[in-house]
Amino acid sequence: MTKGKALLEVQGLRVAVAGNEILKGVDLAIRDGEVHAIMGPNGSGKSTLAQVLAGHPAYTVLAGTAKYEGKDLLDMKPEERARAGVFLAFQYPVEIRGITNSYFLRSALNALRRERGEAELDPIDFLQFLEQKLKAIGWDDSMMNRPVNEGFSGGEKKRNEILQLAVLEPRLAILDETDSGLDIDALKTVAETVNKLRAPSRAFLIVTHYQRLLNYITPDVVHVLADGRIVKSGGPELAHELEAKGYDWLRDAAMVS
Amino acid sequence: MTSIEAHVQQPYKYGFVTDIESEVVPAGLNEDVIRLISAKKGEPAWMLEWRLKAYRNWLKMSEPHWPNVKYGPIDYQAISYYAAPKQRPKLDSLEQVDPKLVQTFEKLGIPIEEQKRLTGVAVDAVFDSVSVATTFQAELAKFGVIFMPISQAIREHADLVQKYLGTVVPHNDNFFAALNTAVFTDGSFVYVPKGVRCPLELSTYFRINASSTGQFERTLIIADEGSYVSYLEGCSAPMRDENQLHAAVVELIALDNAQIKYSTIQNWYPGDDEGKGGIYNFVTKRGKCAGRNSKISWTQVETGSAITWKYPGCILQGDNSIGEFYSVAVTSHKQQADTGTKMIHLGKNTRSTIVSKGISAGRGQNTYRGLVKIMKGAEGARNYSQCDSMLIGDKCGAHTFPYIDVRSSTAIMEHEASTSKIGEDQIFYLRQRGLSSEDAVSMIVNGFCKEVFKELPMEFAVEATRLLGISLEGSVG
Repeated sequence: MTKGKALLEVQGLRVAVAGNEILKGVDLAIRDGEVHAIMGPNGSGKSTLAQVLAGHPAYTVLAGTAKYEGKDLLDMKPEERARAGVFLAFQYPVEIRGITNSYFLRSALNALRRERGEAELDPIDFLQFLEQKLKAIGWDDSMMNRPVNEGFSGGEKKRNEILQLAVLEPRLAILDETDSGLDIDALKTVAETVNKLRAPSRAFLIVTHYQRLLNYITPDVVHVLADGRIVKSGGPELAHELEAKGYDWLRDAAMVS
Repeated sequence: MTSIEAHVQQPYKYGFVTDIESEVVPAGLNEDVIRLISAKKGEPAWMLEWRLKAYRNWLKMSEPHWPNVKYGPIDYQAISYYAAPKQRPKLDSLEQVDPKLVQTFEKLGIPIEEQKRLTGVAVDAVFDSVSVATTFQAELAKFGVIFMPISQAIREHADLVQKYLGTVVPHNDNFFAALNTAVFTDGSFVYVPKGVRCPLELSTYFRINASSTGQFERTLIIADEGSYVSYLEGCSAPMRDENQLHAAVVELIALDNAQIKYSTIQNWYPGDDEGKGGIYNFVTKRGKCAGRNSKISWTQVETGSAITWKYPGCILQGDNSIGEFYSVAVTSHKQQADTGTKMIHLGKNTRSTIVSKGISAGRGQNTYRGLVKIMKGAEGARNYSQCDSMLIGDKCGAHTFPYIDVRSSTAIMEHEASTSKIGEDQIFYLRQRGLSSEDAVSMIVNGFCKEVFKELPMEFAVEATRLLGISLEGSVG
C-alpha cells in the first residue's frame, strides 16, 4: 500500500477559526502516489483541514506541525504552497468577473513555471499545452473562454476545479467535498478524471462526507475525522463500513478515547 | 489591519519636480492678471473681451458645494494663474526645446524628441501654463488635420476658434468653467476636416510643475462632417503638501456622421495617506453631437487627484447620434471622487451608453453621479446605464446618484447597478493557484474594469492596467 517517501506529515495539528478550536490534534502522513480519503460527519473539521493545509488566512494554527517535502508547510504563504505543488480543489469556488478561464489558468501555470525556473508560456503555446491536457482527460475546451466560474452551474464549478488540477499538475491535490452537489453523471466524470490523474509522483487527499465518490476512486487509506481528531484509519473497506453504520459509533468512540 | 488593507501605501511615481527657471505671475486674480495672460498669448481683442466677460460673471457666482466631497476653502487670491518655463521666444523646431523639459517628459514616458517619438501618436506637451512641444504637426497638416496649442490656434485659426469656442460649455456654465474661461492658458486645439480619418492618435500630456499655481487648460476638438479622431490626454504633478487647483474645460463638437473618441488617463498627485496635498481636479468636459449620426465617446481612467469633480457629458442634438461614457474611477488613501456623466437627448433616435466602474480602497470615497435627460422631441431615444462599485477594505465608501429626467413617452431606459467587495476568499482562491496577492488584486480589478479598458486605444489600455496596479498596490495583502 505504501508507495513512496513521505510527502506530507502532519503531527498534532490544532487549529482554530474565529476563536473556536476545530482541529484538536490531527496526525496524518501521506506518501508519494497515495490516495487518502478523509471522511467524517458535518462539523468534524474536514474542510478546516483542507483549508489550513492550503494556507487560508482565516485559520489560526494553535499547535502542531505540517511538513511538506520536508519543509515547514505552515510557514509558507498560500502562493508559495501552490507553487511548491499543493493544490486545493475548493468546495465553493469563487467567481472572477471579466477574466477568462483560459487567461486565469495561464497566469496560474506561469506563476508555477516561474517558480520552477521554466519559461512562461505565451497564449499560443498555452493553447497547445491546454489542448494536450484536455485530450488526456477527454474534455473539450468549452469552459475556457468563459469568465472564471461566472454563471457556472454547481457541477461546472466543480469540474472547473478538476480541470485546473489537470493543468497545474500538483504533487499534492486536496479535494474538498468535490462530490457535493454533483449529479451521478458529473460525479463519474470527475472520478474518472481523478483516476486518470493518479500518478506515482502525485498524492491525493480527498475530503468527502459520503462514501459514493469512493465507489469510483479507490483510496489507499481512509481516515475518519470526528470532533477534530482522526479517530480511525483503515483501508478502502472502512468507507463501506461507514456507509453501512453511519458515523455515530465512531463519534462515541472518540468521546471515550 | 486585515491583510486586505495592508498594502495601500504605494508611493506616487511621478512626484518629482523639474528644476527649471520659470516666469511666474504673482499670486492673485483680477482684470489686470487676465489682461496680462491675454497679452502674453498675443491674443486678439475678442478673446480678451470674452475672458473679461467670464471673469465678471465668475465674481457673481459661488463655488458649488453639492458634490459629495469635503475640502477646506480655496483662496483664489493665493494662486498664481500663469507659470511658464523661460525659453527662447520662438520655437522653430522641437530640437530647440529646453533639454530639461525634454528630460521631464521622457521621465514621464512621453518622448517628444524627434527620434524617440511614440509611433502612431502625436503629442502636445503642456508644462504648467504653456505648450512646450507638439509633435507630428507637419505630418498631420498634410491631411488637413490641425493639431496645435490652443493659444497658437487663437492666433492662426481665429475663425474656427471663434466659431466653436464656448458653444458647448458657455463662459458662465458653472463656477469653475467661468474661472477657466477667464484665465485659461494653454491646451490643445484639434480640427479634423470633412471626410478625414485622422491617421494618428492625438494626445496631450499635462504636467503641473511650479508650486502655488493652478493649471487651467482649455481643449477644443472639432470633427467636421464624416471625420474621425481619437484623442487621449494624460497628466501628472509633483508631490506637494499644498493642494493645487486644476480647472480645465474641454469642448468637443461632432458634425454630421463624425466621430470623436476622447480618452483620459488622469494621474494627478493624489495626496498622501493622510490626505495632505494633492490636486483638486474640477473639470468641465462636454461634447456636442451637433450633426446627424454623429458619435462622441468618453473613456476615462481616473486614478489620481485628491478630489475629482467631473462629468464628461454629451448633448445628443443630431438625430441618430450616439453618446458613450466609460469610466473607471479609483479612490484610495483619502481620495474623493464625485464623477459621472450627463447625457442630454434632444434628437430623434439618439442613444447613450454609460458604463461606470468605481473602485474604493483605503479611506477613499467614490461617488457616481449621472444625469440622463430625454427631452420631448427625442422620439425613440434609448439609454443603457450600468454602475458597478467595488470596495476593498472596510474604511472606504461607494455612493451612487443616478438622476433620470424623461419627457418623452417613447424613451427606453435601462439601469443596472452592483456593489461588490474584494474578499479574502477571492484573494485566497487566486493565491492558492500560485498568484501573489498583488497579482490577485490586479486580476480581480482588471476583470472588473474590462468593459471600460477595452474601449481605450491599445497602447493606453496597457498603461491604464499598469497604472491601476500601481494605485491599488498595497490595498490588499
